[in-house]
Amino acid sequence: MAANMKVKERVAKKQTLCGALMLIEALKAENVKVIFGYPGGAVLPIYDKLYESGVFHVLTRHEQGAIHAAEGYARISGKPGVVIATSGPGATNIVTGLTDAMMDSIPLVVFTGQVASSVIGSDAFQEADVLGITMPITKHSYQVRDVHELPKIIKEAFHIATTGRPGPVLIDIPKDMAVAEAEFDYEQDVQLPGYQPTTKPNHLQIRKLVEAVSQAKRPVILAGAGVLHANAHEQLKQYAEQQHIPVIHTLLGLGGFPADHPLFLGMAGMHGTYTANMALYECDLLINVGARFDDRVTGNLAHFAPKATVAHIDIDPAEIGKNVPTKIPIVGDAKEALIQLIEQNGKRPDVSEWLKQLNEWKREYPLMYKREPGVLKPQRLIEMIHEYTNGEAVVTTDVGQHQMWVAQYYKFKQPHRWVTSGGLGTMGFGLPAAIGAQLAQPEATVVSIVGDGGFQMTLQELSVIQELNLPIKIVIVNNQALGMVRQWQEIFYEKRYSHSLIPNQPDFVRLAEAYGMKAMRATTEEEAEYVLKEALATNAPVLLDFHVCPGENVYPMVAPGKGLHEMVGVKW
Amino acid sequence: MKRIITMTVNNRPGVLNRITGLFTKRHYNIESITVGHTESEGISRMTFVVNVEDERIAEQITKQLNKQIDVLKVVDITDQAIIVRELALIKVAVTPATRGEIYTLIEPFRAAIVDVARDSLVVQVTGEPEKIDALIDLLKPYGLKEVARTGTTAFPRGSQRASSTNKSLFII
Repeated sequence: MAANMKVKERVAKKQTLCGALMLIEALKAENVKVIFGYPGGAVLPIYDKLYESGVFHVLTRHEQGAIHAAEGYARISGKPGVVIATSGPGATNIVTGLTDAMMDSIPLVVFTGQVASSVIGSDAFQEADVLGITMPITKHSYQVRDVHELPKIIKEAFHIATTGRPGPVLIDIPKDMAVAEAEFDYEQDVQLPGYQPTTKPNHLQIRKLVEAVSQAKRPVILAGAGVLHANAHEQLKQYAEQQHIPVIHTLLGLGGFPADHPLFLGMAGMHGTYTANMALYECDLLINVGARFDDRVTGNLAHFAPKATVAHIDIDPAEIGKNVPTKIPIVGDAKEALIQLIEQNGKRPDVSEWLKQLNEWKREYPLMYKREPGVLKPQRLIEMIHEYTNGEAVVTTDVGQHQMWVAQYYKFKQPHRWVTSGGLGTMGFGLPAAIGAQLAQPEATVVSIVGDGGFQMTLQELSVIQELNLPIKIVIVNNQALGMVRQWQEIFYEKRYSHSLIPNQPDFVRLAEAYGMKAMRATTEEEAEYVLKEALATNAPVLLDFHVCPGENVYPMVAPGKGLHEMVGVKW
Repeated sequence: MKRIITMTVNNRPGVLNRITGLFTKRHYNIESITVGHTESEGISRMTFVVNVEDERIAEQITKQLNKQIDVLKVVDITDQAIIVRELALIKVAVTPATRGEIYTLIEPFRAAIVDVARDSLVVQVTGEPEKIDALIDLLKPYGLKEVARTGTTAFPRGSQRASSTNKSLFII
């Protein structure tokens, strides 16, 4: 509170500041605790002011690391991640992270440097049309053309990034704008007539849903990351229990509903559980809360929820009806909508038959893998991590087989523990994201589970982990292959393993040691148990290289183009 | 199906880029765009003609456009009572023998000759796109030297926002 007052006093003075100082003062006023970035020519004036600002800045070893770290921070803290990159190559290096944040609705405020206004458009040194490049992958973007506008722009950027459907906002700052001076007034209201997100759902539509629920025989809730963005996990549980409706999660929604709850059916989609996918196929009422009906969740749309009345709660009206025709559209914040639904306390549907069927599927078709003596099964590895962390760790991943095994076998009980690249499916995401996650929750056990392929895309960030002594446990699920690519080649391309096998991986243990980090290797279950326990007992970063069974595949599976009811690999 | 979508936007640098980029990203094909100032300072009006498969995609376009921060209002006016206009300048080849003929030909279209040269005329015509198509067809046999069309702009009839100055633009 006292610190807050100080900021207000300082801001209220309306001093004349240069653009770089305005940026720093604005970050302080927004209560930004950490920024991730990488300096360069165009942002030198900003970095010069940063030098003595007291703002905590993390120097990643690549701009991609900075933006993924900011995403990890945002996904865990719920606060916007802040990034600074320089012009040209610095800015183009954040393109992947921007797209990732856009796809997964992650709030970011990203500052890029730009060449001086006088030479913009002349192909100057380190110039790139960052606004043009990033327009389709940001929620909104600005280029500062007059330093007087900078405070207003930053204020709007934070507002836009964090409200409605969250997303990344970019501010491109020409070098001369960082030096030019103007009056700094941050105490102003945001006025954006073209941006008025609807948070309060329409009462009539809520009534319609209550009515539909009371009539339903086989209702199901599909809950996405919107539940987590809205902090609506408690309301979700309350509503599901009140109405006795089973819950399915999307990949990004995991943790929004406790995995050990009797009403939980698991994850839906390509590598979802049989029960969840069959429930989506057989349900007569599908209540989507904050999910966008991604194709990895729906499978072939022609066979998606063919018997169901679809209700869709989403803060983004454009998501409703985009992929799946919707009978009951509810535009609004997931929490507000669920609160209204709970308050309506409608007639509970009779779901006894339905739950009986679902429980039968659960018993009959659980997730499964074969354990073999002397071999470390990746699924078993994830189970062990789950066990030794009590299912309470913050887990970050890359994309691919290991990601799916974590989604299947790490039973998330709590929200905001799961950090993965869902929409974009970004290799190299997990390691830098863990940095942000650990900074957001210094007390949490952070486990970064990555594949041997993705790890090598951003492994230079080991340097940051070691430097800041972040006690992250890095788990490499090493199968000497780009596992998911290999799996698809095995199934769909007649085992023609075109450039997916990498038998000559570097010695990851010695690599980590080169960074000054403790590291261990395990090739059997017993060894895995030993090194995991030892690593988790260490309050320092540890890298663990697990040589898992290389030919293991992710099952069950819905092949592309198939419906959710056409899963394969559900039985021995 | 052809849809006519109008919107008002903040007149900021890059707005048109943002909107056409959205169309490209979402795989919607634009037939024409017209943009111009409105009665309010800093606010422009755009008229899009798009060809879409069905109502659902038309609705998606409207919703996606609405998400843009600089877009103030989007309306699909296709099914309303509207005035649809396009302007074309047509440079047509003439000889002393055909000049008079062309004058009489364009009269029913309420078109005007806006430039005369020894061997060509420039005809200015305003109206619904079909009317312009018809005139161009009619003039084609004389030899078209150049055609410039503005693309469609449209306006709901008797809308409350229509002031007398705005109307006069569309009466012609």
